[in-house]
Amino acid sequence: MNLAMKDLRRQKVSFSATALGLGLLFAIVLAMGGIYRGLVEDATLLVDHLGADIWVVQRDTRGPFAERSTVPPALEDRLRAQAGVASARSFSTATIQRIVGARSLRMTVVGLSWPEDKGQALPLVSGRHLRDPHREVIADRSLGLALGEILPLGDETFRVVGLTQGMLSSGGDGLVFSTELDARAILNWQAPEAKRVEREGRLARLAGTELDSISNQDRLRDERFSPPTLAPFPANAILVNLRPGASIEEVQRGLEAWPDVTAYTAQEQRDLLLKGVVEKSRKQIGLFRALLAIVSGIVVTLILYNMTVAKTHDIALLKLLGARSSVVVKLVLNQGLLLGALGYGFAILIAKFLFPLFPRRVLLGPGEYLGVGMLVLILVTLASAAGIVRALRIPPTLILAG
Amino acid sequence: MEAVRAENLFKTYGHGATEVKALLGVSMVAHAGEVVALLGPSGSGKSTLLTGLGLLNPPEKGTIDLMGERVLEDGKAFGDLAALRRSRIGFVFQKSNLIPFLSAHENVRLILALNDQMGPETYTRSQELLEYLGVGNRSRHFPEELSGGEQQRVAIARALAPAPPLILADEPTAALDSQRGRAVMELFRKVAREQGTAVVVVTHDHRTLDVFDTIYEMEDGVLSRAEKTA
Repeated sequence: MNLAMKDLRRQKVSFSATALGLGLLFAIVLAMGGIYRGLVEDATLLVDHLGADIWVVQRDTRGPFAERSTVPPALEDRLRAQAGVASARSFSTATIQRIVGARSLRMTVVGLSWPEDKGQALPLVSGRHLRDPHREVIADRSLGLALGEILPLGDETFRVVGLTQGMLSSGGDGLVFSTELDARAILNWQAPEAKRVEREGRLARLAGTELDSISNQDRLRDERFSPPTLAPFPANAILVNLRPGASIEEVQRGLEAWPDVTAYTAQEQRDLLLKGVVEKSRKQIGLFRALLAIVSGIVVTLILYNMTVAKTHDIALLKLLGARSSVVVKLVLNQGLLLGALGYGFAILIAKFLFPLFPRRVLLGPGEYLGVGMLVLILVTLASAAGIVRALRIPPTLILAG
Repeated sequence: MEAVRAENLFKTYGHGATEVKALLGVSMVAHAGEVVALLGPSGSGKSTLLTGLGLLNPPEKGTIDLMGERVLEDGKAFGDLAALRRSRIGFVFQKSNLIPFLSAHENVRLILALNDQMGPETYTRSQELLEYLGVGNRSRHFPEELSGGEQQRVAIARALAPAPPLILADEPTAALDSQRGRAVMELFRKVAREQGTAVVVVTHDHRTLDVFDTIYEMEDGVLSRAEKTA
């Protein structure tokens, strides 16, 4: 006869409500782990997706995800000439915020190296990859953009031709993929007046230059003279892929001798990302999670202890009737385990149906579910121990006291 | 056949100025099929004797034999007292003390389960006992759905379920009106006669003394046998 189940049969509603409360707590413990995993996934998504062997960035910077890094696109050509290098492509990314219609959209623009990369490797949920080198973008669904929607960015308008899911930056912003040239144009866009002022400034500086001043003056007086154009937009990094058999370490060593750049392997770039972007969040989430686990433990202990106290009379009666201690232990422990199992069940349901609505990605794998499941098991077992100690101390003669 | 024999029981509570001698050399015997009453004012030691006989609160001195077997001697137990309680002693209390989350049927089966009897025959045994005690039609009801008299009948059925040689009842009719109280006492006599069980009842109700075969009176820890007047 399972006394625990028989008891719960009479208090289904209150027991379920208690389990739901615990489920919410356990769900937050689950969410904390999922948010951390989501952070790591988001942070490393691009590095993994782009598949470069070496990231070449501005000298002494940590790359485009850690800080501002600018390199001239012409660096591509120098790198292609390097022994062991199979390909080199510019890479630009930055987070921008624009008003589109009535919405304020925060997005991270990423340049794809046209024509090699048209976004074929992106996980599209609808639409298609880039077909045109200009004015087309693939956007993440989290941005709320629709297929075919026109996105005004800088001087141009871009049509959304494909939608991805779960492609977020380390900051949790949806990614927008365009060709590299378009990305650079978007990210370095200046208003026409700003460009004019900049050109005027350059002219003024040129006019004041003593060196070759006569010819400069002549040039300025010449009606056919057009002002110098602005420098081409810089990229944030150059992504290098090596020839088969080439040694990453050797190529990296060779590039380190260049005075204007720093070269990282993909793994180093990944580590920099995790240490820079995720580390503090990891510590904070870890601490918060530990606190939540402690709070959950205290709550479960109090609940189970009070459930045992509420059954003091029944336990005394069982003991008076000659019940073995194991019967009493089972009664308390089974209820603890049932409460934990039901609470954990609620937590899984919450994770399944509520977490996808969270603004940041909550990534839960089997390990996460198993880990929190084990934690719940340990918590309810320890919490039940408090109830069991209390139950075993109840004297059977309590019944006779009335 | 002696169901229970107690010899020269002594029990003291507290120390020094607060010392209370609850049992002073108490001896008694209850035979199979006999209904025994324990009378006495509050604080006379009746409940101490009952808990002593029930192996719940062993006396410091003296012996207790159940079915001719020594189970307690000068505070020392021979065997597992809890096991002896669940198999050889049935308890009935002032309040029915049924487990509230079990139906009448399950309350009776519980004591069988505690004695490791879990087969389908326990259903039959439980139903037979409830019918025997006149509450067969209430077997699926929970205690809160039963009247006080019905609850007491279910409690007696529970006490009888493992067929113990001894039933101890502590003021079982105190919460009942006189008519229902008498019915319960008569039920004890019926059980004793038909099941061969010895029933020891602590009672204040002098109107039902005619039901008992033997009457003991307790005063200041001393037990004496009283004459039946009715």
